[in-house]
Amino acid sequence: MERHFDEELKTLYKDILKMGIMTQEAIYKSIEALKNRDKQGAKQVIDTDDKIDELELVIDEKCIDLIARHQPMAGDLRFITTGMKINAELERIADLAVDISQRVLEIVDKPILKPLIDIPKLSVIAQNMVRDAIDAFVKKDVELAKKVVLSDSEADKLRNLVQNELINDYMAKDSGTAPRAVPLLLIARHLERICDHTTNIAEDVIYMVEGKVIKHHPEELAQ
Amino acid sequence: MAKIVTKNLNLWYGGFHALKDINSSFEANRITAIIGPSGCGKSTMLRVFNRMNDLIEGVRTNGEVLIDDTNILNSHTDLVALRKKVGMVFQRPNPFPLSIYENIVFGEKIHAERISRDRLDEIVEKSLKDVLLWDELKDRLNAPALRLSLEQKQRLCIARLIAVKPDLLLMDEPCSTLDPQATAKVEELMRELKNKYTIIIVTHNMQQAARVSDDTGFMLLGELIEFGNTDTIFTTPKDKRTEDYITGKYG
Repeated sequence: MERHFDEELKTLYKDILKMGIMTQEAIYKSIEALKNRDKQGAKQVIDTDDKIDELELVIDEKCIDLIARHQPMAGDLRFITTGMKINAELERIADLAVDISQRVLEIVDKPILKPLIDIPKLSVIAQNMVRDAIDAFVKKDVELAKKVVLSDSEADKLRNLVQNELINDYMAKDSGTAPRAVPLLLIARHLERICDHTTNIAEDVIYMVEGKVIKHHPEELAQ
Repeated sequence: MAKIVTKNLNLWYGGFHALKDINSSFEANRITAIIGPSGCGKSTMLRVFNRMNDLIEGVRTNGEVLIDDTNILNSHTDLVALRKKVGMVFQRPNPFPLSIYENIVFGEKIHAERISRDRLDEIVEKSLKDVLLWDELKDRLNAPALRLSLEQKQRLCIARLIAVKPDLLLMDEPCSTLDPQATAKVEELMRELKNKYTIIIVTHNMQQAARVSDDTGFMLLGELIEFGNTDTIFTTPKDKRTEDYITGKYG
């Protein structure tokens, strides 16, 4: 039996998907701006963030409305509450794309410190994780969500690699490199945080589909 | 601790198989809600627990219903004692056309041979206090019970049950005729009462089951499909039929 409520859930679902796509675009453009030293591109990411913030509020309001009017239960309840959490995570991820863009603006007029190798690698991991997490949400795919959760340690390792290199090979040897090295270090940190938020999304998807709480219980992942 | 245990409980109304192999365990001092669509057998199951179905012609039951480890389906069960121990609240409050006072002492007068006026006064006060009606009604105990509001009548009926010191309270849609405010009061009362009694409530109101109960059983076509902690049933039910029913997709 198709319920009127299902139509409203579909609208909510499309909005969350739109939020996911806008967030993915923001990360992609911020990294492109870094790679291409593109001031305009970085500014565009910063400007677009208002639209993402607006959509976040719209989604939140819809979720609260649905809870108040329909008192959802079981799968419906898990979908709506997870939707609210994913919405908040996506908004934070988009903010981190803004942070990356701001770092880009800080270094874009300065000479290149070093060729970028590990940061683009880290950005690929981050972007793949976000894409897979949103796919897992769309397809209710628990296996894909688990893969996302497991990818996070790889991101942590790369972030540490970038951090050690920038500190030991540049800043420790020549403190004058700090104005160019610190923004890169922060970008690696922002990307790693994107991966953390994405891990939360994947954990939420697992809860939404199976009702199983993975968060803070990594042993559950194996089951 | 299990207050009621059913083992392979079956019940037929003539040729109609109304309860099919019900195995369940109702814990003491908890509120258990039984939910399910109309005709699924939930009220029938409730009425098994105080043998109310015996009043219906052509009813056949087999299996076991253990209340405090005693099978109440035995032919030698004392039905008066059973119904004193297992009280029932109905959909429409049904006070007797007597005074408030007489309603409450009615059961005690039947069950006890001689009882002093002081003792009856005590019972009335205690029972009304238990259902949070004492302050409202203490100055008009001789007023006709039929003049009370619906919600007061329902609480009075609960007080009437409590007066004979039951262990178990069965409630069949106790709030279906009440407005939301009155419903909230009865639900609050249920939460108070569960410290002393084991409560089983049959309700069509899913939100009520979710709000008030500790455990929930879902019935469909005479079968107990799923039984468990209310939090789990309403957030992560295991059976798709439970999920479909509580999310309104059933039918």
